[in-house]
Amino acid sequence: MSDENQNTDETPEVNVENTRAEGTAGPRAAEAPAVSGAVGAREVAHKKGMFGSSLGNDTSGYGGLERPVLFPGASPRPFGGYFDEVADHLERALGTAYAQSVESIVIDRNEMTVHVHRDRLPTVARALRDDPALRFEVCTGVSGVHYPEQVGAELHAVYHFQSITHGMRRVRLEVSCPDEKPHIPSIVDIYPANDWHERETFDMFGIVFDSHPALTRILMPDDWPGHPQRKDYPLGGIPVEYKGATIPAPDERRSYN
Amino acid sequence: MATHTSTESQDLYGDDADAGAVFTAAGGDWDQVVEDIAAVGEERIVVNMGPQHPSTHGVLRLILELDGETVREARAGIGYLHTGIEKNMEYRTWVQGTTFCTRMDYLTPIFNEAVYCLGVERLLGITDQVPERATTIRVLMMELNRIGSHLIALGTGGMELGATTVMTTCFRERERILRFFEAVTGLRMNHAYVRPGGVNQDIPDGGLELLEKEIADLKGGLGEIERLLLENPVFKARTVDVGYLSLAGCMALGITGPILRSTGLPHDLRKSDPYCGYETYDFNVVTRDSMDAYGRVCIRIEEMWESIKIAEQAIERLRASVGEPIMVADKKIAWPAQMSVGADGQGNSLDHIRRIMGESMESLIHHFKLVTEGFRVAPGQAYAAVESPKGELGCHVVSDGGTRPYRAHFRDPSFNNLQAASVLSEGGLVADVIVAVASIDPVMGGVDR
Repeated sequence: MSDENQNTDETPEVNVENTRAEGTAGPRAAEAPAVSGAVGAREVAHKKGMFGSSLGNDTSGYGGLERPVLFPGASPRPFGGYFDEVADHLERALGTAYAQSVESIVIDRNEMTVHVHRDRLPTVARALRDDPALRFEVCTGVSGVHYPEQVGAELHAVYHFQSITHGMRRVRLEVSCPDEKPHIPSIVDIYPANDWHERETFDMFGIVFDSHPALTRILMPDDWPGHPQRKDYPLGGIPVEYKGATIPAPDERRSYN
Repeated sequence: MATHTSTESQDLYGDDADAGAVFTAAGGDWDQVVEDIAAVGEERIVVNMGPQHPSTHGVLRLILELDGETVREARAGIGYLHTGIEKNMEYRTWVQGTTFCTRMDYLTPIFNEAVYCLGVERLLGITDQVPERATTIRVLMMELNRIGSHLIALGTGGMELGATTVMTTCFRERERILRFFEAVTGLRMNHAYVRPGGVNQDIPDGGLELLEKEIADLKGGLGEIERLLLENPVFKARTVDVGYLSLAGCMALGITGPILRSTGLPHDLRKSDPYCGYETYDFNVVTRDSMDAYGRVCIRIEEMWESIKIAEQAIERLRASVGEPIMVADKKIAWPAQMSVGADGQGNSLDHIRRIMGESMESLIHHFKLVTEGFRVAPGQAYAAVESPKGELGCHVVSDGGTRPYRAHFRDPSFNNLQAASVLSEGGLVADVIVAVASIDPVMGGVDR
């Protein structure tokens, strides 16, 4: 699947994005997070205006400004640290399946993210757990992220793994699925710890983890409509009322994002 | 409320009318309930324990299928304390996030703040710029918080066994920690003290002396708790070999913290994946190999002694670094507002107000922009983890380049470890369920977030 990388931009854009165009932006803060060797950054959203005022009252004269939100793209070798070793062993353990499984490997902020095609997630997870050279014994859960502007890959599931055997190595798998068909294979049979974590991600994002033993809501009531952590779900959907006055829901108040 | 019994199915939440008779027991005459149940003649009954029950550590619902007194199946129902903290954080600035996440596991507020700030600092790429003194204060506060959390774990665990003396003693000792926290942060809980880039304010004058006095008393209190629990035949009868979970079970279920260390594996992020300079402190990772609730109690008690050891080293370092900064030097990130201890407790620093209101318009603008709008964080994601008293507390933060978190997800150890409630209690007696759950030490604020 090429959804991950289809919106690639040229490298100079990364620098433009990283230098904050604003009053509160300090040079040190801006340059600090080294997007180490990002060849093609991944555009996940597009922002308009300078101050991003939610009320559309940007009078700065820069209201027409458009800027992409660029996430770090695939990193070139060598990755540094133990990342090369993990990548090598993953490639060897997966064998011929590697090319269809792993879409890209991103090294950013000294963390390793492996973008995996959703159909291949169980294969990769099994290799991570069982291969003696990888041996990521513990999955510390899955976290959902909703990118409404990433057409065809709106919903992301991010899995965190750690290997105690190999001295606390950490690796992250990122899987995406389209909003229309929000299905990702469950890895509860491989990492039973993920049972509740997958239920929570289903509850909050509506991602259906296929072949999960009992995929039900876990935090919200069973009959709750909608999935609260999605970006199209308003915060404060239930209006707060005071005597004779109402206050706008938090997501309708002024903000500068 | 009077005991209400009915042979008709009145299960509001049951899916089918043939599910069986439903009894609601909330006080009243137990003989009547027992008589009614006997009349039905079922061998297996399903008991809903909670969500309002004094022994379930908050609003936890345990669904137990009982065969006599033996638990055949146990399921935990959660979500009764879900407050949408992660969602709320997406609508506040990065700094305001600390005031939300501190309320998750309300017994470990400093850990919640610290892991979130470590995540944000990693996103900003300023991990190396956080001043040494700020890091030392974080370590001191975290270790004291660990003692406070373990004391609650032991105290409530004891209370659930009917030992109220354990509870009162533990709460009395925890008060010492809270007095110091109040002196430093102004609050006993929900401090919002650790901030991205450092901490909110320095230890006040006389704070370390206060702490040393409290620690000296605390040592006496810990000794008292040890004498009260460790060789107590009743306590041992209730906890030894109860809530058994092997290393393989822990690995499969992703269990961390005292439960994992009770299998003999010395896994502690402070040693194995150090953060906040833990590699420079002298302390031991406490393990037991009994794999039961008693072993976890022993681990918690001994960990408190280790925490005192770390706290004393931190006090020494703080004495040597008086006057050094407690917030990152980058004024584009550091929180501009300054607090000071006034006659009425704590409040805004008058010097700072004089400066921004009377002397420097640029400072005022700067203050205003940072406080209302906040700083921006370059797009990307990061995962930070700390060893909370309950296990690995992880924070996955995602930024889209804005002034607010695009997503903040917390991997709360209580949430993960509560999955083990079934395997810890199935096959045991119903009374042991309480002990098993208490040995997990779940805090529902953290479980449900």
